[in-house]
Amino acid sequence: MGATIRSLGSRSLRSPALHSVVAAVIVGALFLVGTGADPVGAYGSVVSGALGPDGIGSTLTTGTSVIGLALALAIPMRAGLLNLGGDGQLVLGGIAAAATGLYSPLPAPLTVVACLLAGMAAGAAYAALAAVCQNRFGVPLLVSSLLLGYPAMSFASYLARFPLKEDGSSLPQTRRLPDGVELPAFGSSTVTVGLLLVAAAVAVFVFADARTATGYEIRMTGLNPRFAAYAGVDRPRLTLRLMALSGAVAGLVGAIGVLSFPYRFIDGSLTAAGHTWTGLTAALLAAAAPLGTALAALFFAALEVGGLAMERTTEVPRELTQVLQAVVIVFLAARLNLTWRRARKKPTAEIEVKEVSVR
Amino acid sequence: MSIDSALFHSALLALTPILLAALGGAICERAGVFNIGLEGMMLIGCFSGVAGSWFTGSAWLGVVFAALASAAYSMILAVGTISLRGDAVVLGVALNLLAVGLTGFLLRTVFGVQGTFSDPELAGLGGIDIPFAGAVFSGHSALVYLSWAAVAVAAVFLARHPWGLRLRGVGEAPDAAATLGVSPAKYQYAAVLTSGVLCGLAGAQLALGNVTLFSENMTAGRGWIAVVAVMLGRALPLGVLLAGLLFGIAEAVGFRLQGLGMPQQATDAAPYVVTLAALFLSTARRRRRKQPLVGAPS
Repeated sequence: MGATIRSLGSRSLRSPALHSVVAAVIVGALFLVGTGADPVGAYGSVVSGALGPDGIGSTLTTGTSVIGLALALAIPMRAGLLNLGGDGQLVLGGIAAAATGLYSPLPAPLTVVACLLAGMAAGAAYAALAAVCQNRFGVPLLVSSLLLGYPAMSFASYLARFPLKEDGSSLPQTRRLPDGVELPAFGSSTVTVGLLLVAAAVAVFVFADARTATGYEIRMTGLNPRFAAYAGVDRPRLTLRLMALSGAVAGLVGAIGVLSFPYRFIDGSLTAAGHTWTGLTAALLAAAAPLGTALAALFFAALEVGGLAMERTTEVPRELTQVLQAVVIVFLAARLNLTWRRARKKPTAEIEVKEVSVR
Repeated sequence: MSIDSALFHSALLALTPILLAALGGAICERAGVFNIGLEGMMLIGCFSGVAGSWFTGSAWLGVVFAALASAAYSMILAVGTISLRGDAVVLGVALNLLAVGLTGFLLRTVFGVQGTFSDPELAGLGGIDIPFAGAVFSGHSALVYLSWAAVAVAAVFLARHPWGLRLRGVGEAPDAAATLGVSPAKYQYAAVLTSGVLCGLAGAQLALGNVTLFSENMTAGRGWIAVVAVMLGRALPLGVLLAGLLFGIAEAVGFRLQGLGMPQQATDAAPYVVTLAALFLSTARRRRRKQPLVGAPS
């Protein structure tokens, strides 16, 4: 037992992800020194701001969205597919949930369920459309998912500004959902049951990835698409199913966002924080491994909330945390780590498995 | 809606940043580097162009500054993919993210504002009146004319010049090129640097030509459209020009329709829908001819 823990410890010490994070923290410190701030104090305020008693609730609320979206993007990424349309799927999920919530004749608790399902269905259908574009028309998923994202956001924006708009309000927002149509929160915090839903989705992904035949097929496709094709994996079908699943999770996050405070769809509010990109970064950092993705997403959520605290106490702009995230991925993609140096000495290591290959 | 010269004038304005960036992307593609970081490089160009113009008081020094900064930024992609053999797609996505964070951070620390920096004293690129060119082709900034020249230069260079031939050779068969004594890495570095310079100019045109301000994430997907234009134009300079023109016209028509009472949301989406539709049509046609799409999964 001790040996396993020790080997796990040494393995994570050698992990490129850890090296990238450490390298990014150092680059961030250089940035802070460059702008005349005290790096120790700034980083200290990030940690205390994110995990302190005032920040932890906020970290978990942000975490709900970031983990959810990271999961959504990790699902297809596990098979080597990159879904760049997360924002569109998220927003459609949100507006579908809002519309359902406003017009559903069902009693409130059932309406909540209907909202969640509507959000998932909208996200799934739209993401599947991107898969169809690749399968039937040969437009690369990367491009089709991304391009489809923009009309989706415009459409949701239109609905929020015109048909569903709150009368008499100057803000581009829908009416408030009826009383009771909301996800219950824990105590007086802003953390809702949505966190549990996302956690459950992560648990399902962890199980499916490790224990089911489908999970094996997905990983195999990600590691070596040609081998998977020989082994009988129907790639177009897999793409369609994975994208639908991915969109469903993104839509679920949108629905959770609408069913939480302030209980309405506000144009731009779901995408303003850029959680989709944060989620994508987390999934890339963890090479789409289920548990790793969730942990990386939580880490980034903490970084984001801590960044706000840092901005309040030290006047360092919170955008620094966004820079840190991207630097992590730059280092990771360029493999600026010990593994890379070893690989250079030994040319055979060139054949090592690529974590994410999208083309 | 009337089809008049003002419409085409604004279409050309919308075309320019995309054309410059897409030209850079096409050169990278030809050298065998998939450059998906055009959006980020362009955004760096926007910011450094505005910063350069503000601190020197000259829009042209701003343009030079934008080209240099964006070229320096593109080195991340060059070193990452060519020397360290990292994944170009992941690096490109990271470059796009980094640019948003970096420019937001610098906007706050350098200019002390959030969201948008604009000042009446910020020098922008003025229009040049060309005699006898008519209302459509006259009155643009010099970068607009430069972008057309760049298309011609790139087309001739890639098709005729020995360096262009070697660059294509490097992209198509790096091992064969290396055997013939052509260093693939050198040509790929040059291609990525060129794309950096072109994206810097694209950013400068966007921030100092089309408007005179910098706002967070002001590229708003134009770099991605440029990536699509590279695919649509099959990485040919003239093809890229046509693809970019399609987008420019869609944006200009959308803007006009908005003035006629169409909701802004519908017209905002129009360029993306048009691009996607064009991509469908061109792939369908290419599929019949069994030509592979650039950047498509094999």
